Amino acid sequence: MTLKEQVTLRVVLYEGEGSQPLAAADQFAALTALLEKGFAVTRTGATGRVAPADRSPLLVLGSFSQGKAIQAEDASGTVPVRFADITGWDVARIVQTVESVREETQAARQGDWKPWFPVIDYDRCTNCMQCLSFCLFGVYGVSAEQKIQVQQNDNCKTNCPACSRVCPEAAIMFPKYKAGPINGDEVSDADLQREKMKVDISALLGGDVYSLLRQRSEKAKSRFSKERDSDKALNERKKCLVKLVEGGDIPPEVLMSLPSPEEIQRRAQEAMAKAQAALAGRAG
Amino acid sequence: MNTSRILYCHCAYAQVVPKEVKELVLKRLCAAGVAFEAVADLCEMSARRDPALKRLTEGGTLKIAACYPRAVKWLFEAAQAPLPAHGAEILNMRVQPADEVTEALLRPGLEPNLPAGKATRPSAAELPKTEVAA
Repeated sequence: MTLKEQVTLRVVLYEGEGSQPLAAADQFAALTALLEKGFAVTRTGATGRVAPADRSPLLVLGSFSQGKAIQAEDASGTVPVRFADITGWDVARIVQTVESVREETQAARQGDWKPWFPVIDYDRCTNCMQCLSFCLFGVYGVSAEQKIQVQQNDNCKTNCPACSRVCPEAAIMFPKYKAGPINGDEVSDADLQREKMKVDISALLGGDVYSLLRQRSEKAKSRFSKERDSDKALNERKKCLVKLVEGGDIPPEVLMSLPSPEEIQRRAQEAMAKAQAALAGRAG
Repeated sequence: MNTSRILYCHCAYAQVVPKEVKELVLKRLCAAGVAFEAVADLCEMSARRDPALKRLTEGGTLKIAACYPRAVKWLFEAAQAPLPAHGAEILNMRVQPADEVTEALLRPGLEPNLPAGKATRPSAAELPKTEVAA
């Protein structure tokens, strides 16, 4: 899936002039259903302010007096505005209507992808490029100013926090991760001292992760060719994978999807070259 | 009167925010009759660089019910919609109880808590003895 920059349909749950108040329980039910479907909802109220309008299409839902939706339009003509009288509607009908308007307005459809990607804390990041060198999936890149960036966040392997473990400053977060500091919790001295937070991934595996995989795979291949023992080769691979999964909290499916040893080597070298070029660019 | 806008994140695509906390916060916001913005998932919006994030940061101070302040700050930054440095208060529904979050959202005034700089929490051994004992 390629993430696109698309406008979001803004749903407004309206209470105010020309409408009847909505029961709090009904509001809660409608809001929950819409949020679960990925919609953004603005709820107007007797007090407080809401965000200003932008060019996002608007759908205004309300219990309008005498069943008649208020009439309004964007004076500049740039914002499509629609109204729906939801008096007596159940939640399913509300969601269905909102979904139809989303399709009509070609606004973004959300919820097709678990948003799992690294978020860099630039207060901590020292631009060492360890993450760029480490990631085999092309998630990281460098800006024109040779600054590390997350460039392809949808290339990231869901539930894999491996790159955050190679960051010496604990600057890489995955906000949906279970534990700190990877989830964004404060970083402690103890976190920085922990073996898993050190630059060298060898703390995790007793050797470079890619070369270890490569060595294991080569050993397994060689045994396979000599002994024709496919079970042994498979067991060897499994043992290696179990160690990675246990030591680094890396999902097995990520490890199973790693490319061939040759491809790993090629990508690792490519990433390393990119990182070195970026570092040289900054130094120069 | 609360002059800060309120933003609630439903963290819809993961189970990391306790369901009972986010439900209770949302219920109380509905019952309070205040205006607020609710989004399905700030992470998803940040990943898509959703222009709506910019809209949400504009127009004054903001109280956000979501997760860890450090994560929220950099999610907005990643979408080129930085939060106002001294104009945002982030409530963490992963660790704070619903009562505390709701009370902070609805009370007048703002207690900005956006992390700034490279802060590292000292270890227990480094804290003064009185604090360790407490």
